[in-house]
Amino acid sequence: MTDITESARSYAMRRGWFRFRQSGLSMLGAALVLAVLVIAVIGPWIAPFPEHIAGGVDTANRFRSPSMAHPFGTNELGQDVLSLVLAGTRVSVLAGLGVVLIGTIGGTLVGAVAGFVGGWADEMLMRLADLKLVVPGLILAMAVAAALGPGLMNMVIAIALSWWPGYARLVRGEVIARKEEVYVTAARAMGATPARVLFRHVLPNIVSPIVVKMSLDMGFAILTVASLGFIGIGVRPPTPEWGTLLSVSRSYMPDFWWTAVFPGLAMFTAIFGFNLLGDGLRDVLDPKARR
Amino acid sequence: MLRFVLRRLMLLVPVMFGLTVMMFIIARLLPGDPVGLAAGPNATQAEIAAYARDFGLDQPVWVQYGRYLWGLLHGDLGVSIFSRRPVLADLIAYLPATMELVFAAMALAVGLGIPAGLAAAVWRNRWPDYASRVAALAAISMPRFFLGLLLQLTFAMWLFWLPLGGRFPIILEPPPTVTGFLTLDALFAGDWEAFVTACRHLALPAIAMCLSPLATIMRMMRASTIEVLQQDYVMTARALGLPPRLIVFKYVAKNAVSATLTVIGLYFGWLLGGTVLVETVFDWPGIGLYATSAIVSQDFMPVIGVALVIGLMFMLVNLLVDVLYGVINPKVRYT
Amino acid sequence: MALLDIRDLHLAMRSFDGEAHVLNGISLSVERRQVWGLVGETGCGKSLTGLSVSRLVPTPPGRYMRGEIRFDGRDLLAMPERQVAALRGTRIGMIFQDPTTNLNPAFRIGTQLVDVALAAARRKPGVLAGGGRRAAERLAVQMLEKVGIANAAERLQDYPHQFSGGMRQRVLIAMALVGQPDLLIADEPTTALDVSVQAQILRLIRSMVDEFDMGVLMITHNLGVVAQSCTHVAVMYAGNIVESGPVRDVLMHPRHPYTQALLAAIPTRGTARGALRGLAGAVPNLIAPPPGCRFAARCGRVSAACTVLPPLTGALHRTACHHADHADA
Repeated sequence: MTDITESARSYAMRRGWFRFRQSGLSMLGAALVLAVLVIAVIGPWIAPFPEHIAGGVDTANRFRSPSMAHPFGTNELGQDVLSLVLAGTRVSVLAGLGVVLIGTIGGTLVGAVAGFVGGWADEMLMRLADLKLVVPGLILAMAVAAALGPGLMNMVIAIALSWWPGYARLVRGEVIARKEEVYVTAARAMGATPARVLFRHVLPNIVSPIVVKMSLDMGFAILTVASLGFIGIGVRPPTPEWGTLLSVSRSYMPDFWWTAVFPGLAMFTAIFGFNLLGDGLRDVLDPKARR
Repeated sequence: MLRFVLRRLMLLVPVMFGLTVMMFIIARLLPGDPVGLAAGPNATQAEIAAYARDFGLDQPVWVQYGRYLWGLLHGDLGVSIFSRRPVLADLIAYLPATMELVFAAMALAVGLGIPAGLAAAVWRNRWPDYASRVAALAAISMPRFFLGLLLQLTFAMWLFWLPLGGRFPIILEPPPTVTGFLTLDALFAGDWEAFVTACRHLALPAIAMCLSPLATIMRMMRASTIEVLQQDYVMTARALGLPPRLIVFKYVAKNAVSATLTVIGLYFGWLLGGTVLVETVFDWPGIGLYATSAIVSQDFMPVIGVALVIGLMFMLVNLLVDVLYGVINPKVRYT
Repeated sequence: MALLDIRDLHLAMRSFDGEAHVLNGISLSVERRQVWGLVGETGCGKSLTGLSVSRLVPTPPGRYMRGEIRFDGRDLLAMPERQVAALRGTRIGMIFQDPTTNLNPAFRIGTQLVDVALAAARRKPGVLAGGGRRAAERLAVQMLEKVGIANAAERLQDYPHQFSGGMRQRVLIAMALVGQPDLLIADEPTTALDVSVQAQILRLIRSMVDEFDMGVLMITHNLGVVAQSCTHVAVMYAGNIVESGPVRDVLMHPRHPYTQALLAAIPTRGTARGALRGLAGAVPNLIAPPPGCRFAARCGRVSAACTVLPPLTGALHRTACHHADHADA
């Protein structure tokens, strides 16, 4: 029996959760994401050779092919590739989270300012956001990261700089749409501040698209982090990072293929997980976008 | 329509201006020591100062910017600190390679993505549709550089079917330059062998590049096809006895493609940015590789130049897409 | 043998809330040169009846539970899709409601007409005298002229948005008739048009009936349209035909309370202020309909007998009501 007092919202949530569970792909995505997050937290502790993560080398065991002792083989320094891949998860996930969070918060702020203030501030901010469409984000991130120098934080800032416009546009559109609604005018007449309007009336309406976008963007952020690492701008060894691992081991192909293939597969798996999850969430939370 | 095109071209000016401002801010206001890098680790203070004077880097930022803009108006994009060559000459040398790669990837993505999307829509909610959805998500999740490495590993290092990288063997005489696209130039010259060689070099990088746009175009085409299939005129066509094949491939396809076109335009810019990675993997001598080496050495004139060229290309391609859109969709009026 | 003979047709449609029993035993037969008006309010199943004749109701969600649709003596519901498809355009033509959405906006009307003509000619060689694209173009021009479009040859090159609504409906009629069908199904052909254009289109359809020696099933919610252009009428309510017969009989001497109510709801010049009567109540839920007469809940003559569904009875003028008004018959 359905509880009569159950609200429409919780009914919708139950139905959404049901639909989400029905879709095997979404569940696979959720499982992958969960695994990635868990490894990001405990990765360094479950790694079979924790000393290699800190930069320790074992030159006697260079380029061992995958075996029981080294499931992913060893690299040119004799380090266990599995340990490096496990430890690299934390860097990628942290960087991805950092980018998405900074992008979301910054984009929301910019969008809210543009929407509430309007006029020339709106015009300026949105033209700035449009520029992002014209310059590929990767090139922008590369330029900023190179200028700021290596390091995880610098890389996160560099990528986040090209990440906010999507969120800004989303929030601005909603602010402008809500600003004219009668109940918002009424709330403001009673002295509600723009911040209150933003948190009470605007953000609740766009939580779903923002969550979907964040999930899909996690995948792309991890991809971008790895891209910078691959180019050679970004986190420097010995900190293990998937893109950097891949770029170093490129020169040892094809004979020592495992040094490149396993970090690459880890990257693909993590990104695929976030994309599957985001796609599944979109089906549930944002049915308009679904066909 | 001419007026429409002219107005859009006028819009280029403020965008390009904004781009130069933004890139200059990044280049000059962020920490970094391009001169020290260029002069080398053993350079003395005096040498570094001389270097800085040579490139006007001792001047205040707004003077540098003013000089840059003045040069830009005269078709001068500055000089690379490293190679000491004018940026414009470098860009002219490297751009065709990138454009050839991007167009090849785009042709693959459009050529395969549109039929695949049409098929997924026609077989909606049956196994080809589900398979295509998983494949599309996987394709989008695949880092281009990793895919590039896997392709190299498989087709160049194990099977020896295709070359590992580069654009054209140095030992061979390239066809005379007409368009700058080696494949087209070889065809114009009637040099079949050169054409095949160029295509073999192009194949792997183009495949590595095309996968993600292919997936997006396919999903987009699927969505717009499904929308078109629900239109009244499709029902009318069925009710009047048009064969299903004709309805899908002629009538529905044209309507759905026009909706997909805009995505193709937007993806173009993404592809231009993405060449950076693929060009690095395949040692493809385009502006992406050029930009990468410039960025790593903080040589900013080439970086600004590349950003300008990519922005310009992006806007021109989107203009072209809008014009094409009007050709396919007769109801659009250019205003 | 009738051209079209629908017998006891039952159709259910699956929806999110359950399966709705949308056609509840439709029986109707159309002869050549008859123009049947199928009237009823929105959702009564009249359009689904029309689509069923072309077998264009998607199954699922649709499901035919019982009955047959005999066209030229053969049951369409028993035929494989390939055979039904062969009838579309050449034996059964269709016109839909909104001429703005039923022509493909991305193609010249010439292209669309020629394709329909070529597809028809493949199954019915008599359509094109010489055969081939040239002949199809000539036929397209002829058809456009026949439906009253000036400069037909030039207008083949135009796109749909270059035509007015009425002209577009004429083009659609030309497309429907290019294959010389024996039966034309017109689903609200004038609803989306201006009143002044409506009459022209109705007159056009009327004149085509004799020229093509065809039967017409005209679906409409407008009794004025029926009075103006039909020879026969069937009144539908909630998935049932409640009354049918020659237009004159049904409209002058309605017997079913629903028909009477419908007619009473039409304002005329003589209607006194306040005398116009609407119909109280609402259409029953078709997912779990009450047994018996579906009109019972809104009917003034309801009695215990009405819990049993009344059959459609009578010779020419037929009624499905236990309390039909025979006083003036």
